[in-house]
Amino acid sequence: MFRTALRNVLAHKARLLMTVLAVMLGVAFVSGTLVFTDTLGNAFRNQSAKGYDKVAVAVEGPHSNIGNAAPIGIPVTTLEKIQDLDGVAEATGRVSGFAGVADQKGKLIGAGWANRGGNHFPGQNGEDEAYDFARGAAPAKNGQVALDKATADKGDYRVGDTVRVATTGPVKEYALSGVFTTEDGAVNAGGSLVLFDTAEAQRLYAKPGVFHDINVSAKSGFSDEKLLASVKPLLPKDADAQTGAALADQEAKDIKQGMTNLNTMLLAFAAIALFVGVFLIANTFTMLVAQRTRELALLRAVGASRRQVKRSVVLEALLVGAIASVVGFVLGLGLAVGLRSAMSAFEVQIPAGPLVVSPLAVFAALAVGILITVLAAWLPARRAAKIAPVAAMSSVHAAATSKSLVVRNSIGGVLTLAGVVAVFAGAASGGGNGRMMIGAGAFLALLGVMVLIPLLSRPVIALARPLLNRLFGVAGKLAGQNAVRNPRRTGATASALAIGLTLVTGLTVIGVTVGQAIDKSTTSNVRADYLVTMASGDAVDSSAVTALEKAKGAVGVSPQQALMFKVEGDYTSASAVSAQDMEKVFNLKTVTGSLDTLADGGLAVAEKTAESNGWQAGDTVTVAFEKDGRATEKKKLTIGAVFEDNEMVSSYVLATDLVAPYYEKPDIREVWVKMDGGETAANEQALVDALGDNPAMNIMDKQDIRNMFGGLINTMLNIMYGLLGMALIIAILGVVNTLAMSVFERQQEIGMLRAIGLDRARVKRMIRLEAVVISLFGAVIGVALGTFLAWAIGETLRDSIPNYALVLPYGRIAIFLLLAGLVGVLAAMWPARSAARLNMLTAIKTE
Amino acid sequence: MTTTPLAHRATAVAARATDLSKVYGEGETQVVALDRVTVDFRQAEFTAIMGPSGSGKSTLMHCVAGLDTFSSGSARIGDTELGSLKDKQLTQLRRDKIGFIFQAFNLLPTLTALENITLPMDIAGRKPDKQWLNTVIEMIGLSGRLSHRPAQLSGGQQQRVAVARALASQPEIIFGDEPTGNLDSRSGAEVLGFLRNSVRELGQTVVMVTHDPVAASYADRVIFLADGRIVNEMAHPTAERVLDQMKAFDAKGRTS
Repeated sequence: MFRTALRNVLAHKARLLMTVLAVMLGVAFVSGTLVFTDTLGNAFRNQSAKGYDKVAVAVEGPHSNIGNAAPIGIPVTTLEKIQDLDGVAEATGRVSGFAGVADQKGKLIGAGWANRGGNHFPGQNGEDEAYDFARGAAPAKNGQVALDKATADKGDYRVGDTVRVATTGPVKEYALSGVFTTEDGAVNAGGSLVLFDTAEAQRLYAKPGVFHDINVSAKSGFSDEKLLASVKPLLPKDADAQTGAALADQEAKDIKQGMTNLNTMLLAFAAIALFVGVFLIANTFTMLVAQRTRELALLRAVGASRRQVKRSVVLEALLVGAIASVVGFVLGLGLAVGLRSAMSAFEVQIPAGPLVVSPLAVFAALAVGILITVLAAWLPARRAAKIAPVAAMSSVHAAATSKSLVVRNSIGGVLTLAGVVAVFAGAASGGGNGRMMIGAGAFLALLGVMVLIPLLSRPVIALARPLLNRLFGVAGKLAGQNAVRNPRRTGATASALAIGLTLVTGLTVIGVTVGQAIDKSTTSNVRADYLVTMASGDAVDSSAVTALEKAKGAVGVSPQQALMFKVEGDYTSASAVSAQDMEKVFNLKTVTGSLDTLADGGLAVAEKTAESNGWQAGDTVTVAFEKDGRATEKKKLTIGAVFEDNEMVSSYVLATDLVAPYYEKPDIREVWVKMDGGETAANEQALVDALGDNPAMNIMDKQDIRNMFGGLINTMLNIMYGLLGMALIIAILGVVNTLAMSVFERQQEIGMLRAIGLDRARVKRMIRLEAVVISLFGAVIGVALGTFLAWAIGETLRDSIPNYALVLPYGRIAIFLLLAGLVGVLAAMWPARSAARLNMLTAIKTE
Repeated sequence: MTTTPLAHRATAVAARATDLSKVYGEGETQVVALDRVTVDFRQAEFTAIMGPSGSGKSTLMHCVAGLDTFSSGSARIGDTELGSLKDKQLTQLRRDKIGFIFQAFNLLPTLTALENITLPMDIAGRKPDKQWLNTVIEMIGLSGRLSHRPAQLSGGQQQRVAVARALASQPEIIFGDEPTGNLDSRSGAEVLGFLRNSVRELGQTVVMVTHDPVAASYADRVIFLADGRIVNEMAHPTAERVLDQMKAFDAKGRTS
C-alpha cells in the first residue's frame, strides 16, 4: 500500500503542491517562532551572564513601593561597610537614570526609552571594571562625560568635543572625556549610555552620597552565596540583594518576557495558516478521492479491504504532511534569521549568538505539520473507503457526491444559532463577562457558519447573478451557475477568506470605532495647543514647567502630576493640575459644583466614581498623602466638583499647590500648554527655546496628541493586516486548487462550449469570474460576520468609552472586498489558461 | 436560406475538402490519418461518412468542421478557407455557420433545455428568431420540457435538445459525430428522423459520421473511407446495401 500511496503523491504533484504550501506556511511560522525565541533567549542569557560576570552580589536599593517615584537608595556609609567586609574585592556604587545625547543637529540619538545615564565609579585601582575606555579617559570631574562607542560614532563626537546632554532637568553641556565599550545589556541592545563622575550622577539621579545599587565582586576563594549572607545584614530595610548569577537570570528572563508579544503574534499567524490549511487539505483530498473513484473501486474489486483503502489515503496525507513539514521547518529557520535582522533594522539590537534549534522546536514543527495534514485527510479517507467496488465498472468519473446536506446543515444551524444567541446575550450583559460570552459565541458562530457555508453559497451567489449576466453575458451567466454547482467545494474554498476576513473586519471595525471615540473625546476635551513630555517617558522636571511658563506667548501651562493617595483608606491614583490654568487647557464638563474650588484646596471627582461612592459636591472625604514612601497624617478634603469621565485626567483631580509639600520630586507625566495665537510655527519655536532646545523633550501639537492617543490602535491594526495578507495567500492556494479540479471535471463541457463557438478569451473569463464569485462570496460572509461580532464587542465597551458610536469603515471594507476579488483573478490565472488551451476533440471524447 | 431555389441548392456546395491530408508524428512513427481526400458536401443534402475504426472518418469531419487542423490541402465552409484562419476566427465561424451534435455531452448541465438550445446565439450575442425557434421546438417535440435541466431528461430527449440547438441558429451546415451512438434504437431512429426532416423540409445541410448502417440509411448519400482515403460513395443508401459494402471492406481487410 505504501508504494501505491507514494505513486499517487508523485502522480498528483501539482495538486498536492497547494496543500504542501499551506502546511508549509503554518509550520514555517511555528518553527520560526520557536527557533527565534530560543535563539533570542540564549543570546540574552549569555549577554546577561557576561554583564554580571564579575558581580558576586548585586544590591538593589529600596524603592518607594507606590507609584513610580525614584528609588530611595543606599547611603555611601553602607557602601563603605560592605567594602570593609572580609572577601570583598570591590564594592561599586551605581546611580542611573535618563540621559539623552543630542547629535550635531540637536536631535536625540536613539529611542527615548533606551537612553541611559550612569556614574563612573573608580575602584581601588582607579578604574571602573564595567567600562573599557577605547579613547580618552573616564569623566573625572564635574563638567565631563564619557559616551559609549556606538553613540559617539552616531553623533560624530570626538574626545574633547562639547556634548549636549539632557537629563530630567535642563540640558547641560559637557566636555567629552572619553569613549568606552561595555558589556552592559542595554547598550548592547542598542541603547545609549552617558557616564558622569559619581558626584554629578548622584546630583542628577539621586541625592549626594546616595547610590541606587551596589555591585560587589568577590576575592578568590569566597563564594557568592557566602558573600551574600554577610552583605545582607548591613543593608537598610527594603533593600534587595541577590547573587550576580541570579540577577543575570532574572534580567534575561525579563528581556525575554518583553518578546512575548511578538511571539504570540507569530504563533497567531501560524494558527491561522494551519486552521485555514485544514480546509484546504480536506478539500484537496476530497477532490483527489473523487477523481480516483474508479481507481479506488478497482483496488477494492481486486481485493483491497476498506481499511487498506483508507490507510492508503491517510498514508498519502502523511507523506505530504512530512514533506511539507520538513520544507516548512527549513523556511522557519530562514524566518528566524530574517526576524533577527528585521529587529536590528528597527534599531533593536539583538546580541549576536548562534542559531539555537532545540529538539522541541523540531518536534513541534514536524508534529504539527503532519498531524494537521493527516487529521484533515481523515474524512476524505473515510469517504474513499466507502466507495463500492462496483463503481469501477460504471462509466465516467463519478461526479462529486451531491449527498444530502441535511445533517450538515442541521449541525451548522444549531451551532450558528447557539453562537449568535451567545453573542447577543454577551452584548446585552456587557462588561468583561459579556466579552467572554461573545468570545465563546463568536467561536461557535464562526464554526457554524463554516459548516453552513455550502447552504449559504446558493442564495448569496444568486444575488450576484443578475449583475454577472448583465455585465459579462454568457461567460458571466455560466460562471455564476458553475460557482454553485458543488456547494461543498465552493464552501470549503470560500472558508479560507471568510475566516480571515471575519477576524480582520471585526478588528478593523472595533479599532476604527474605538479610535474615533478616543479621537472625538481628545479633541473635545483638550483646549491646549501643545503637550510636552519626556522622550524617555520619565517625569518632566519642575524646572521645565517653570521654563514653559516663561515661554513667549504661553497663556496657560498646566503640569499634570500623577500621584497615589489614600481616599477613605484605599490607595488610588489621582491627577494634580494647575488650578489656575486647568480650564485653559482642558474642557472638563462639570456635572455639579465648580472647578474653581480646586484653587481653594478642593477635590474634583469623576461622575462614575462619585456615583459608585454615593458622593455629591459639597461632601467631605478623608484622604492621606504619601511622603518618602509612607502615608502621612489624614486630612479632610471637600468635593468641590463632579465632572464627566474622560481619558485626560484620573478620576480624582487636585491642585498641584495642594500636593506640592508631600512630593519632593513630583511625577509630572505631561505638561499641557495653551498659547496665544494657537498652533503656529513661531509658538512651537518659542516652546523649544524656552526648554533650552532640549533633545529629550517632545513637543506635540494637536495632531501629535491625537496620534498619541489613537496611535496604538493603528499599530495594532497594521499587524492585523499582516494577518489578512496571510489569509489571502492561503485563500489563493485554495481557489487555485478548486478551479483546477473544476476545470478537470468539466473538460467535456468546456470542449463542447469551444466547439459551438465560445472563444478562448471568454472561456478564460468564465473561469476567472467563477473564481472571483467564490472569493467574493467568502469575503462577504467574513465581512458580515466580522461586523456583527465587532458590533457585539462594541456594545460591551459602550460603558467604558465615552462618545462611543459604531463606525463602519466603508472604505476599508471596500478594499477588503477588492482584495478578495483580486485573489480570485490571481488564483484563476493558471486554471483559466489551461481551460482555454484544452484540446476540444480530446476533451469531448474523454469518457 | 430556406428560400433558396431547389435547383440552385442541388448544385451549391456547403463544404468542400480538396486534397486534404492529416499526418500525425514524423519519420517512422508517422501515421497518415487522411490521405489527400477530396469531397464536396452539397447544400440541402444529408451525407453520412462511414468506414471502419481508424479509417479517418471522424478526422475528416473534424477538419472540415474547423475543430481540428490539417497538414495540407484545403477545407472550406461556403467560401471560407479554414486553413488560413486563426483560432479566434475559427471559433467565430463555428459559432455563426456550423451546428454540432456530439455523441455525448452535448448539453450544459446547469442550463435548462431552452437555454441550451439558444446557447450558440447567447454566445454570439444574437437574439434568436422567435418564429424559427418555435418551428424547431415544435418539430423536435420538446415543448413541454423546455424548463427541464438535462439531468431530468432521458438520453433520447437530451439528444433531441442537441439537434434543436444545432438547428436553432440556422447554420450553413450541421455536423454530427455519431449522434446516435449512445442511444437505443428507438430514440436513435427519432433523432435521425429529425435530421432527415430538417434536410427535406427545411433545406438544412447535414454531415454525419457513423458506423451504424441503419443510421447511414437515413442519409441521401454515404461516403466510405478506409485508411484515410475515400474508397466508395453510395447514393440513396439502404441499410442492407451499406452493410454489404462494409462486409466487403472487412473481407478485403482480411484477405489483403
